[in-house]
Formats: sequence, C-alpha cells, structure tokens
Amino acid sequence: MNSEKITKYILFSASLLILIIAGGMVYSLIRGAMPAFDFFGWKFIFSTHWDPTQGHEQYGALPFIAGTLFTSFLALLIALPMAFSTSLFVAEYFRKKRIAVVLSTFVDLLAGVPSIVYGLWGFYTLRPFIVELGLSPQGFGIFTSGLILAIMIIPYATSLSTEIITMVPNELKEAAYSLGATRMEVIFNVIVPNARSGIIASYILAFGRALGETMAVTMLIGNSNNIPNGLFGTGNTMASVIANQFAEASGLQLSSLIAIGLLLFAITALINAFGKYIIKKLAAR
Amino acid sequence: MKTKNLFLSLAVVLSALGSSVKGQSVTLSGAGSTFVMPFYNMAFNKFTPETGIKVTYGGIGSGGGIRSLKDKVVDFGASDAYLDDKQMDEMPAKVVQFPTCSGAVVMAFNLPGISEIKLTPAVLAGIYLGQITNWNSPMFKKFNPGVKFPDKAITVVYRSDGSGTTNIFTNYLSKISPMWKEKVGFSTSVKWPAGIGAKGNPGVAGTISQTIGAIGYVGSEYAFAEKISYALMLNKSGYFIKPTIASIAAAGKGTMPTDTRVMITNSSDREAYPIAGFTWVLLYKEQNYNKRSLKQAEDLLKLWDWMVSKDAQAIAVKVNYTPLPASVVALDKKILRTITYNGKPILK
Repeated sequence: MNSEKITKYILFSASLLILIIAGGMVYSLIRGAMPAFDFFGWKFIFSTHWDPTQGHEQYGALPFIAGTLFTSFLALLIALPMAFSTSLFVAEYFRKKRIAVVLSTFVDLLAGVPSIVYGLWGFYTLRPFIVELGLSPQGFGIFTSGLILAIMIIPYATSLSTEIITMVPNELKEAAYSLGATRMEVIFNVIVPNARSGIIASYILAFGRALGETMAVTMLIGNSNNIPNGLFGTGNTMASVIANQFAEASGLQLSSLIAIGLLLFAITALINAFGKYIIKKLAAR
Repeated sequence: MKTKNLFLSLAVVLSALGSSVKGQSVTLSGAGSTFVMPFYNMAFNKFTPETGIKVTYGGIGSGGGIRSLKDKVVDFGASDAYLDDKQMDEMPAKVVQFPTCSGAVVMAFNLPGISEIKLTPAVLAGIYLGQITNWNSPMFKKFNPGVKFPDKAITVVYRSDGSGTTNIFTNYLSKISPMWKEKVGFSTSVKWPAGIGAKGNPGVAGTISQTIGAIGYVGSEYAFAEKISYALMLNKSGYFIKPTIASIAAAGKGTMPTDTRVMITNSSDREAYPIAGFTWVLLYKEQNYNKRSLKQAEDLLKLWDWMVSKDAQAIAVKVNYTPLPASVVALDKKILRTITYNGKPILK
C-alpha cells in the first residue's frame, strides 16, 4: 500500500469514528429517554411539575427549558453590544495598534478562564453586590446567571467577529471613504453588510455555548425547579438539573434527565440549523 | 472498491473499540454515597497495609452506587437510603444490606451576632413549607428568650443534588408535619415548596455563610469538621438537643429490625438528636457471579467484617461520624455470615 492510500484510510476511519460516536450518542440518548416520553408523552415537555419524591414521581421539563432559554437570551442580549463594539474597536478603529492587540489578548484570555472560576467569582463577588443593590434578597437567579454567562460568551462572539470584520476588503472601505463617507457610514453601510453573516454566525456560536454552560450557572441560578418569576427570580437550567440530579437518579427520574439531555441536544441543533439558514440567506443577498 | 474501504475502516474502528480487554483485577472496588466517603477512604487506607487487599471507592452518589452494583461493575455499593422491596426486586440477584455508621443533619444558619438558636419541629416545618418567611416571626422568640432576631427575610437553602442527607431531613419533616407528609413527602430529592438549591454540603454551607438570614441543612460530618454554627433541635421527648456524636448515637439506640431497614429520625430517646440516620452497604448474597474468584469474595467479606469492628468504627469517630451501637454491630456480623459462595457461607 502506498502512503497515499494509508493516509486516506486513516482519515476515513477517523471521520467514521466520529460519526459512530455521534450516532451512538443520539441512539443512547433516545433509548434512555424513551421510558420518560412513553410515560408522560408530550406532557413531559409542557408540564411544569418536577417532583422526584418516591410515590408521587412526576417529571416535566418546561421549567428547565424556560430557565435555559431565559438565561441564554439574557446573556446574548448583554454580550451582543459589548462583543460588537469590542470587535469594531479591535478590527476597525484601532486596527493593528498596540492597544487593540492588548485588548484582544485579554478578551481571548477570558475564554480560557475555567467555568468554576466564573462561578466562584459570581458567587462571592457579583452576588453580594446584587444583594447590596437591593435587586434581590439573596442574589441568586436569572439575572446573575445571565450576567456571568454574558461575560463567558463575549470572547467567543468577539474573536470570530473580529476576524470577519478584518476580512472585509480594504478596497471597498477605501472606495466608500473616497466618496466622502464618514467612519460610521463605512461601518454601517460597508463593513456590517459585508460581514453580517459571519458576525451572526459568531453570535450563534456564543449562544450555543451559553445554552450548554453548566457549572457557573448551577452555582448562581438558585436551583429551584420552577419557571422563573421575572428577571430576579430563581430557576434552573437543563444542563444544571442534569448535573445536580444525575448521580442519585434512577428509574423514571434517570430517564427524564436523559430526556432533558436529548431536548437540549435538539434545541442546540435547532438553533444551529436556524443560524445556518440565516447565514445562507444573508450571504445569498 | 468503495465497500471494501468501508469494511476496512470499520474493522479498524471496531478493533480499537474491542481492545479494552477485561483485566483480572485483584482489587476490590465500590461506589456510592458521598456522605460516607471520608470515613471509607480513611478506613480503607488503614485496611490495605494490614491485609494487602486494595480497595478503591468512588463517591458517585448513592443512586450511582446502587446502579453500579446492579450492573455488577463494583464489588459493593454504598447508599444512604436503604433499598425498599421494589428496589430489591429490580436487582438481578438477591442483595443484602447492612448499616456501617450513622450521621445526622444539622440546621446551619447565618444571623450576625447570634451563635446559637433553638428550633422546634413546627418552626422548622413552617420555614421549609414557606410559611415562616421572616426571622422576626414570634415563633422564634417564644423558644429563644433573650435572642434579638433581626427583621430579615429567611433564605431557605436545600440540596439541589439528590442526597442521603435530604432523605434523612425530609423523612424527619414527614414525621413531624402532616402537611409536609401530604404535600412533599420524603426522598433523596423532593419538590421543595420554598427556597433555593445548592450542590453538595459545601455548596449549602457556602451559600449559608455568604447569605445573611439564610438557614439550611448540612451533614453533621461536614458541619463538625468545618465548625459551622448550628441550631439545637427540640426532640420528641421535649428536650432541646445539640447535635453531637453522643446525641446522634443515642438516636440509633432503638431496636433494629433484622432487615436493617430503619429510619432513626424523631427518636423518642430523651438524649437523642432527632434528625439522624444510618448509611448502608450493599453486597450480593451469592458471591459467585461474573466469574469472581473465591479469594475475591473472601477478601470482600474480610473487609466488611473489619469495617464494623471496633478498630474501623474508631476511625469513623475521628472523621466525625457516629459509630454503630454494639447491637447493630452484632446484627451486621450475622448478616455478613449469610453471604455465600456457591451456596456455602464465606465467613465462619
């Protein structure tokens, strides 16, 4: 066998292995989740009761779906303007200047901070601050988790959109300037339209990261299994309830937790697909 | 050609998967309760040099321990809640269970300037049902003369993960409050009417210490080690009792049924702290399964016969667990002698 063929086989097996693993994951998730869906049917998704007490067990995923979406959207909402302005700062206003290099290094550094450290910082610093402001009596809840999540996802949104903005052809920008456009007009009429599919892709990536984040959220959301009542209410997310209850679960509870994992998988896939659709649509224009 | 490639790739992948050869391990392994892990680890560390038998223990949670034993991937499982008839029936073979030590659940709180409070069952149930929501409630003043309670909202903290500690605590609440029994019940995790959840004893203790006005329940082994301030509880006989190893031991003094399934919450002993419970170990009654050797079964029994002995129980005290009363040790030894290999008892 020549090296050409060997390389091909190695690459082929490696990618096949990934397919098998992904397929196996979906298969075992579905298999594990079946008892819960069999037992509760569609009610599993729409019921708000999560009661693991033996004797009157009942499981509904809606509080966790709501908690996940609330915190993630809040995080995206907070992260969006910050990430957008940071990437403009780095890629346009102070392009290749020292301050931009320093700033982007620090933003990238944020991505390397372990989740538990964000959680601890949120727990010991941010939470007492929120109590101090009188926003909530104990500081746990959707707002605190969303804020931490926002800080966690900013680097993901920023670095990719910075790359994309840098890639906008200089000729286009120069042409706009030569026509007398101001910097702001260049940004909103040349850079953003050119880079928008990439920028949106970076936000979707960041959103996906917020959906699955576990440790920091568990420490800050309050872990109460109800639909959050407002911005400062406590709740729980899908990833967090799995992390909390998986070890001790058995029977129907275990199956319900796996079903939540499957739903999280589905939601993430759906959002990715939606993101791809938007990108395709914007790119075609 | 295409299909040939596919098969070749598949063969590579499968051979990679199949290479995890089953090793003939000579060490004993167990998994389960995190509550009891410090005791087991310390005791196993003493057992190994004395006998040459290696023991590994994974604190993956009681539910996980039961699952692992069911899948026959461990030699023993450890659980803070005993198996009921239904759970026993779900096991692939007959399982025996016996207690190895006990512990308690203490009520930790955070009120600046107040180091000791007294709680009654009614007040505790009221707090956790969400009926008593402020520390200035007259319910507190009644039993705590001289203590100045602040006008501060109560932040109720519970365990967000499934836990034997929760099982003991909710079992107690079910015994003392009919409303709790009807609305919530007891289990390793329940649907909490009020409060916020935190993960593990450190999570609950940390949340309480960082939140003024918080109250929560913490495993005694953790509270004693960390010197957390906790409440005295009114017991069934009408005495306010501080949780100590002696008062927890008093709770376990009552008669133990031969199947060891007993919850020792709300003990009527006058010296007993009311929120206490045992932790159990589970073994298959017939040890010849999965091609296990007689040696492995003997080693396993040797381990647990020693774990309930005086030597090992003394280690339990060192790490703030409560040792078994003599009557329970005798019962455990009897249970261990019912375990067989090919139908013959292993221990004489």
